[in-house]
This record gives sequence, C-alpha cells and structure tokens, in this order.
Amino acid sequence: MSDNLILQLDNAEVRYPESVALQQINLKIEQGEKIALIGRSGSGKSTLLRLIYERLPDGTALIPQDDGLVMNLSVFHNVYMGRLSEHPAWYNLLNLMRPFAARVSEVGAILDKIRLADKCFEPVAQLSGGQRQRTAIARSLYQGGSLLLADEPVSALDEHQSRHILTTLTQQFPTMVIALHDTTLALDYCDRIIGLEAGKIVLDAASETISADELVHLYGGE
Amino acid sequence: MALIKSPSVFRHSLRWNVSWLFVLSAVLCLFVADISIRSFDPWAELGRLVSGLLQPSMSGLDDIGLAVLQTLAFAMLGVALGSVCGLFLALVFHWRWIRMMCALLRAVHELFWALIFLQIFGLHPLTGLLALAIPYAATFAKIYAEILEEGDRSAFDVLSHQTGWVSAFFYARLPDLWQHFKTYTAYRMECGLRSSAVLGFVGLPTLGYSLSTAFMEGQYSQVWALLILFYLLIASLKYWLRPSLIPVYLCVAPFVISNDQTISFANVARFFTQDIVPSPLLKGESLVGLWQWFADLFMTQALPGIINTLVLSQIALVATGLLSLGLFPIISKQFFGRVGRGLGHVFLVVMRSTPEYILAFILLLLWGPSMLPAIVALVLHNASIIGHLVGRFSNDVRLRQDAPTGINRYTYELIPRVYGQFLAFLFYRWEVIIRETAILGILGVATLGFYIDSAIQEIRFDRAMVLILITAILNIVIDGLSRYIRNRIRLSQAINIR
Repeated sequence: MSDNLILQLDNAEVRYPESVALQQINLKIEQGEKIALIGRSGSGKSTLLRLIYERLPDGTALIPQDDGLVMNLSVFHNVYMGRLSEHPAWYNLLNLMRPFAARVSEVGAILDKIRLADKCFEPVAQLSGGQRQRTAIARSLYQGGSLLLADEPVSALDEHQSRHILTTLTQQFPTMVIALHDTTLALDYCDRIIGLEAGKIVLDAASETISADELVHLYGGE
Repeated sequence: MALIKSPSVFRHSLRWNVSWLFVLSAVLCLFVADISIRSFDPWAELGRLVSGLLQPSMSGLDDIGLAVLQTLAFAMLGVALGSVCGLFLALVFHWRWIRMMCALLRAVHELFWALIFLQIFGLHPLTGLLALAIPYAATFAKIYAEILEEGDRSAFDVLSHQTGWVSAFFYARLPDLWQHFKTYTAYRMECGLRSSAVLGFVGLPTLGYSLSTAFMEGQYSQVWALLILFYLLIASLKYWLRPSLIPVYLCVAPFVISNDQTISFANVARFFTQDIVPSPLLKGESLVGLWQWFADLFMTQALPGIINTLVLSQIALVATGLLSLGLFPIISKQFFGRVGRGLGHVFLVVMRSTPEYILAFILLLLWGPSMLPAIVALVLHNASIIGHLVGRFSNDVRLRQDAPTGINRYTYELIPRVYGQFLAFLFYRWEVIIRETAILGILGVATLGFYIDSAIQEIRFDRAMVLILITAILNIVIDGLSRYIRNRIRLSQAINIR
C-alpha cells in the first residue's frame, strides 16, 4: 500500500430508506490526484462526494451543489466562514458586526482572483446564480486545505469563467474530487475520470487513455 | 363494460366527521353548563357602561401615566428575558427533559406564576418579571426551536468541523433566520403587553390594577379611558417598538419597575420548607394520611374543577370555531371592498387586543357569576384572532374569473379551501383556550382557577400547588391530544400562527 493513500473504500454502500444510492464502490484516492466524477443526474455523484466528506472531514473544503450560502450575509462574511474555526468566537462575533480590515484584504485578494471584488459587501441574496456559485468557490479557496470536494462547482458559469475557476482550484488544492457535467472540462483539468451509473462505478481510468467521445455514453448521448 | 364499477358511495371526509364530533360534544356540554344571567338588572348596568364610553375621562385617575409605564416596563423586561432564555433553551431543545420542562412551565398561566411569586417575593418587581419571563421563555424555546429546525442548514453543513458552536450559530444559522425570530418576538411583545396589563388584577401596579379599581367603584368613564389608552398602546406598537430603541427601553425599564420592597429570605425559605409542603407531611402523619389528603383534594376540588374547565372550554372552542367562520369574510378580499374590510379590521383588532380576562371581568360584573361571561369572553377574543388569520389566508386564494358570488362563493369556493387551515388554527388555539378557562376561575367561575385562588385565599399553598400542577398536566394532555388529531387529519404542521 502506498504512503500517499488518503482514502480507501472497499465495497462501500449507501442506502436511503427507499432506495440504494451507491453500491459496490471500490475506490482508492491518493494524494495529488485530480479526479472528475461524471454521470447522469441521480447516478450517485453527490452521494459519493458526501461519503468521501464523511470519511475525511478534516482539512477538506466543500462546495455543495446548492452552494451552502447564508443569503442575508454579505459575500465577505460568507467567504470568511471558511476560516471560522481558526478564530475564537468573540473575534468572529466582532467581525460579524464590523469586518476587520486585515480579514477584508485577505478575502478581497481571493475575490480578486475570481473577479467578484466589486460585490464584496453585497448580500448574497442579491447576487445572480453565477455570482453565488463563485462566492461558494471563494469560500473554499479561503478555507484552503489538502482536499477539495466540489459538486458541479461551475454549472452556472460560462466556459471562459469555468476554465479560469478550474485552473485556480487545481493550483490551490493538491487533491480534488469534482463532479462535473462537462466532459471536455473533466478531461482537461483532471487526471483521472470516474464514471457513475445507477450508483455503481462503471469507469475508472486515467484521462489520457480516454477521449471525450468515449464518455458520451455515460450521459446517454446528451 | 367491465371497467365500470358500481356507483361509488359518497363519503364524508375525516375532517367533516371530527368537526361534527366536536360540535356534538359541545352541545352535550351545554346541557350540564351553568349559563344563566344572575345579575339583578344586567341591561341597566350595560347602559351605564356604554354611556361611559361617550365621555371617557382621565380625571380622578391617580398616576395613570405610571400605570402605563409599569405595564410597558414589565412587558418589555419580561419578554426580553424570556426571549434570551428561550433562545438558549431552543439550542438544546432536542434534549427530551428540556422539552418536558418547557411544556410544564408553559402549561402554567402567567397569572398562576404571579400568584406563586407573590407568596415568595411579595410585591417585589421580581414577582411580575418572573411571572412573565418563565412561561414566555418556555414558549419562545418551542417556537425558536421550530424556526431553527425548519431553517436551511446547507451553510451550516459545509463549515469546517472544528468550528465552535457560537461562531457557527451566528454566521451560518442566525442571519437567515433573523427575520423569523424578529417577527415572532415582536408578536409576543404584543401578547406581553396584554399579560402585563392583566397581572394588575392580582395586585401588580400595571393597567389591570387601575382598571379593576375603576370598575369596582363603577367609574365607567375611567374604565373606557384606560381601555382606549391600552388599545392605542397596542395599535402604535410598530411605531415605538424600534430595534434601535429597545436597548434604551431595557435600560430605563428596571428603574420604572423598581420599588422599595425587599425580598425576605425568611419568606422564601418558609415558602419552600413549609407553605408548599402538604400539610399531613408537615404534621408528621403517615403516608396513609397523605393519600387521604390528596384523595380528598382531588375528589372535592380538582375533579369538579377539571370537569367544569373541560365543559366550559369545549363550548368555548366550538363556538370560537363557528364565530371565526362567520367573521373571516369581513376582512376577506373575496367578499368585501376596501371600506368594508377596513371596518372589519378595526372590529377584529379591538376584540383581539382586549385580553379575555378583562372581557370576562366586565361581563361578569354585568351578568353575574356563571359560565356565560367566561364563554362569551373566550369566544370573542379567540374568534377574532382565528377570524383574522383565516381571513388573511383567504386573501391568497385565487378564484377563477367566473366564480360564484355571495353564499355560493362562501360555501363552494372558500370554505373547502380554507377549512384545513382553519382547523389547524383552531386546534392550535385549543390549549390556549383551556389555559384561559382555568385562569378565568379566579373571577368566580368554578373552573380549576377558582379552587386554586380559593386555596391561596385560605393560605393553603400546599393545596394550591397540587391544583396548579394538575392544571398544568391537563394542559399538556390537551396539547398532546390536539397534536394527535392534527396529525390524524393531516393538518399542516408548519403554519405561521402569526
């Protein structure tokens, strides 16, 4: 067994009261891998991400499909939430009432990277879907860590923005598992592709060994 | 053809059957209820009351401003303390024993709490403050916990697992739920004003005290002046209850309610070690003696009290339902124009702003002691609340352009659409009606409150405490029954009672 192994799933299974969401999942994840999860909606991508997060909650940044934002708080505060655990409660409360300049400049630097700096103090409720998604991405960038788990993090962005964001994320996080809808992006930014269908892994291969055309069937010709 | 089944049989819904069951039970209760008019000449008394309305007078009222201030200060501090404690309790509301403790604290009406604390602290401000804060904290805990449970948790779930709960709560939960907390707390502030005023009836220096004094002396013009002042206070709530002003109010309020009473620790100790200890235990009698004491208390006081409370509240509940079904159209867009609805709103606001205790007090003086004044007071107050809620709900109903009008619109279009919501509101109110019914006993109707008040008058606090506990248990049982029925007939749980 290699020293770089960070997670090993042997025949893992996730059941919901009415159905089986994942079954016969055998998966090893090593440090430094960039993994794309692809498959139709309902194939178990989100469940697999949730399962991985449950096994590796520490040092993991998460971008859930619904963004997980607090609508009435500003972009700044939502991004700051990535590092709540690094400060004592009294500090966080003061920062909630009046942001500390040092934290604003830290968050501002992140927002600059994803071109959202002008929205820093705007409530998330007033943002568009794409801006909200970038806020959630900024939070994960601010949080940092060794592993990123992201569920369709660029679904509301155009291709140009998507590529920019994925480049930033791959630079920031040594290891990542991203559910992606766009197979071209998956091949371009990840070195390993895992295909899911009906809760089972049907494909697990290095990116350079497969082409976009071969992945089409996983989406049923979409 | 084989596909055609035998003609299906018309069947009433479960809601229909439950409704008639309640109506039937209320009719049966009418046979055993005492609903006569006892006073010598009720109409003359009513005439004097109404003529007082024509010339409300502030003269002869000493310190009326002070009474208003005291009412405000007690309400403000009681609700504030209750909401802060309630918030903390809401965070641990998933602990079973916290839920049970809150149910018990909530089941004891603030007037009973006041009667208890009067024995412990006398007229010290702590009496009024705790009498409000304790039941309010328990109610806040329940509602806040429901708000937290229904809120969106997605931001909370992505937080790093090392995040402390204070930071997590203030960042990921509170901001998006703040508006719900604020709306509910402001609504409870209105309730707090009513409760605070009513506490005057047991001796605290709030509006109720001036009101009962004016009534006893037959000074009806003063009664009206006080009532109008109270309505104005509630109607203007949104103008003076500003978030930015609340800290100022909270700083001033303690000085308003402070007086020269001191807490006697001997009194406190005596209350816990002697007053509330069942007398057979105090006299060193055996357990048999204790059992006989309890059995006697239960058979001669608690049982008649429970029966009367149930009989009265059952009639009041059903009559409340019927009246609210009649009242809701007066504020509904489906039936009246702007002017008509405006008048309807004024009527409902006045009725629901008048605490049922004050209504019952007035009607008792007019009609003499029977169940009738209590029933009418409960029905008017609660029906105006439910009528308001159902009316507002009916405004959201979208009717087709060619919908029928008048009685056909009422029976075919509106009632079927609002009936489920109406029943949900009514069953939520059931527990409140029971609690109020018990408390109206203090005014002389033989419900549980009557026996509790008598025991306190006779300085038998041991009995009073047992009776209060029995009242609380009755409340909890009714609350459970109401929840069971709501679940059985699938009434929506998450409704905005505001």
